[in-house]
Amino acid sequence: MKSSVIVFPGSNCDRDIAVALEKLQFKNKMVWHKDSELPKSDLIVIPGGFSYGDYLRSGAIAAKSKILNEVIKAANKGCLILGVCNGFQILIETGLIKGALLRNKNLKFINKDVYLKVNNTNQFCKNYKNGQIIKLNIAHNEGNYFTDKNHLMEIKENNLIAFQYCDEKGLVNDETNPNGSLNNIAGILNSKKNILGMMPHPERMIDKIISNEDGLNIFSSILN
Amino acid sequence: MKFAITVTLKKDVLDPQGKVVQQTLQNMGMDTLVNVRQGKYFEIELNETKEDVAKNLIEEMCKKLLVNLIIENYTINKIS
Repeated sequence: MKSSVIVFPGSNCDRDIAVALEKLQFKNKMVWHKDSELPKSDLIVIPGGFSYGDYLRSGAIAAKSKILNEVIKAANKGCLILGVCNGFQILIETGLIKGALLRNKNLKFINKDVYLKVNNTNQFCKNYKNGQIIKLNIAHNEGNYFTDKNHLMEIKENNLIAFQYCDEKGLVNDETNPNGSLNNIAGILNSKKNILGMMPHPERMIDKIISNEDGLNIFSSILN
Repeated sequence: MKFAITVTLKKDVLDPQGKVVQQTLQNMGMDTLVNVRQGKYFEIELNETKEDVAKNLIEEMCKKLLVNLIIENYTINKIS
């Protein structure tokens, strides 16, 4: 399977994503944001970081870069797109995923490992058990997902929430919500379910020696 | 031609920064303070003499980049 990782000035998780993809035998290419051609890809990843120093709104400037036009075209043709952290913010700013990511409710940059409840009814999560509790790292200042009432209804009806913040027992409520995100949303799909945006970093949890392997199944799910 | 654009958060959107500013002003003794909402301000200068053309372009700038219409409102004022 072929993958591309888009790199912006300020991306800092691009190589970690590449390591994760290569561990699972993806044939991966790094693509600079000024490129106007995208290599043939089954999966495009927009990595985390601080593209353009988060100027204007996180992801707003990167969303207008040349290569993003190609990413949008590929997305509309059904290519799988994964946006992690700043990548999620960029997807939001392109409109590929509806909604907005506001500043964390407590106004603090949060860097910690959190528990997530998985909904496995999509291509990105199918190697997890439904309702499985996993532990991934979050590191962001603007991860507080917000959307309007109509979209929230669509999200619930079509089962578009991929990950929700919870505790180790799977309890989803205000106390287990680190950033104030609507319905504890940590990861969400577009209506066609070929695009996943998520604040937690699966690429940081792919090796038992340095953390755990809870993030690995996202990449392996995409493979099959 | 020069325009001032003010971007504010919509009424239903939580504004944690505004809340903290409000709390601090209240702690400083500003007793009559009721509410603070924080926004953004842009000044944009154009090389254009027709006002309607200029306004349309500013409108486009707002919709395409400056404003996230899901969470923000904006107003445009000509200042010179």
